[in-house]
Amino acid sequence: MEGKLVLNFKELAERYEKEKEMFTRGHRLCAGCGAPIALRHMFMAAYPDNVVVSNATGCVEVSTTLYPYTSWRVPYIHTAFENAAATISGVEAMYKSLKRQGKINKDIKFIAVGGDGGTYDIGFQALSGAMERRHNILFVCYNNEAYMNTGIQRSSATPFGASTTTAPAGKKVPGKLQHRKDLTAIIAEHKPDYVAQASINNPRDFMTKVRKALDKNGPSFINVLAPCPRGWQHPSELTVEMAQIAVDACIWPLYEVDEGYHWKVNYIPKEKRPVKDWLEKQGRFKHLFSPKYEGLIEEIQKYVDREWEILLKKAEVFA
Amino acid sequence: MQKFDAFTGNLAVATAMKQINPDVCAAYPITPSTEIMMIFADFVSNGEVNTELVTVESEHSAMSACIGASLAGGRVMTATSSAGLAYMWELLSVASGLRCPIVMTCVNRALSAPLNIHCDHSDAMGARDTGWIQIFSENAQEAYDNVIQAIRIAEHKDVKLPVMVCVDGFIISHSYEKMQYMEDKEVRDFVGEFKPYKSLLNVEKPETFGAMVLPNYYMEFKRQVREGMERARQVILEVGEEFSQRFGRYYSNFENYMLDDADFVFVVMNSAAGTVKHVVKNLREKGIKAGVLKPRVFRPFPFKEIADTLKNSKIICVLDRAETFGAEGGPLYLEIKSALQTIESNPTVINRIFGLGQRDFLPYHVENVFKEMRNYLDSGNIKMFDYVNLRD
Repeated sequence: MEGKLVLNFKELAERYEKEKEMFTRGHRLCAGCGAPIALRHMFMAAYPDNVVVSNATGCVEVSTTLYPYTSWRVPYIHTAFENAAATISGVEAMYKSLKRQGKINKDIKFIAVGGDGGTYDIGFQALSGAMERRHNILFVCYNNEAYMNTGIQRSSATPFGASTTTAPAGKKVPGKLQHRKDLTAIIAEHKPDYVAQASINNPRDFMTKVRKALDKNGPSFINVLAPCPRGWQHPSELTVEMAQIAVDACIWPLYEVDEGYHWKVNYIPKEKRPVKDWLEKQGRFKHLFSPKYEGLIEEIQKYVDREWEILLKKAEVFA
Repeated sequence: MQKFDAFTGNLAVATAMKQINPDVCAAYPITPSTEIMMIFADFVSNGEVNTELVTVESEHSAMSACIGASLAGGRVMTATSSAGLAYMWELLSVASGLRCPIVMTCVNRALSAPLNIHCDHSDAMGARDTGWIQIFSENAQEAYDNVIQAIRIAEHKDVKLPVMVCVDGFIISHSYEKMQYMEDKEVRDFVGEFKPYKSLLNVEKPETFGAMVLPNYYMEFKRQVREGMERARQVILEVGEEFSQRFGRYYSNFENYMLDDADFVFVVMNSAAGTVKHVVKNLREKGIKAGVLKPRVFRPFPFKEIADTLKNSKIICVLDRAETFGAEGGPLYLEIKSALQTIESNPTVINRIFGLGQRDFLPYHVENVFKEMRNYLDSGNIKMFDYVNLRD
């Protein structure tokens, strides 16, 4: 049954009390980091499949594989920054080859994990290629909206107006001057079997999406919002709340594209929150509230409203 | 039973690949190596191999996929040239550092700019320090034989390093010549079954490949690559010996052509060695003691054996088909000079850069260099560094 969690939440909780997690404690990611929340949920949803992970260079990679330790209880490979999708393509190709030759008989799922740098920017070509070649893989982007590992530089996932170390807010420039690339839609246009946008504040939605993706027999992509207290400059205990407001303000809509054509919005907030609620809680947007940059918040609101409207239309037309 | 037929260098390599029957190939087209994968794709489409062919979107992804596939526990091959190898460069040291026994044919081609699709060795020389074993091939026959031997060398338990087999672009890759080849079964018997050392597909015993290693352990990993490379010296000789016993063509670290009593020595790799041997043969007929040393293995460089072979010569001309801007001479020259430091005798070594971007290199060019060398023995004057066949 496609997309059905093998265990319900209560069963999952019980199991995780008794059994080992595939992504263990003891890693060196920051307190309040959104990425490991996503990874733990990803593995819960993958249970009980055999999984092999390919990981792009980034926060998760450097903080979880510090030799001679590892946080991964699944086979794991890291080769470089821009090639997690290409690397997993090779692993999956070998699996297919050995299976065809009768040299291996178990069933294995293949997941690539990258941050937004390793997915939107430097990893984009390899991701696009892997999707087009239709490898049986799931690519999960933990999107924290900038190059956090190298010290909070802007990426093409960074939203308009955010201050980063390479697009800092100054006397003349209000941080990043461009809106982010809509990567989820771009990957959806590759027509893989399954594409989704998710957020760590809604584990049931994210886990169902991971399960759906793994149940497909082809390429899939999930872009999961994973706030970064260091880069976004919010208290570490507010990570999940930051994700929640992004979703409730329709800044980061939860949606999926099934079989390349069926667009579905998974969550429509009863009351859409203003973007201001999200911006004001993060230090990276602090300057937008100074008189010097008056009007920019309205501009962001307009942009978010327009994008949300387009998404609802797509879901209506291509249901 | 071996047979003769006409092969281009690319056809020879593709044929060797078919006979080896790798589990995965990942490649991206680039002149002049493209044809290898075109021919091989035919073998895949016609079901003549079990290979999963991954037609990636770039060379960077080609090498990334090769590394992933190799660590997933199977035999992996690919081919590239020039800018393709340069684009892979980041992953070359990942392949050696993760001990992937990948075999790649590098059909040698010049690097841009200016754009040039023709032969020189600047691509392979740019990768000489990445932990890949590098084996050079004079002609299609050697390319075919080297690719087959490379599998055994790369996968040997004492080595576990990737191997790059170099073949001159166009001069060899696109020229037909007579070549002897084995039956598929003979090749498959020679290379044997792939025995994975570790595998990403071993889900029962999960391991982390490509961990982050800080200053406290990093150097030990790199020393291990050196140790694998050092052990490869012996393995290359053993595999060459077994190959010659089975198939009758002898391979060592380098070819010694009329060197035993030679006063005048040319050191040259790949196809140009044929031209130089032709000139040297003519000189010998005139009673001049000339010889050719053709390195086959550039990494690990057989410095001791070469120094021992060259110790009694009077003057050595190292012919380099690649530049090392700002160094004393070309990459092969630097190796030879360095090798000669290990012995007491000290023959004069000069350097000539030739054939960049496939500039013509003809017998009379070699004869002209020889005249300079002979003149040196009388006058003691010679240019230590120069180009061959270059406009003023």
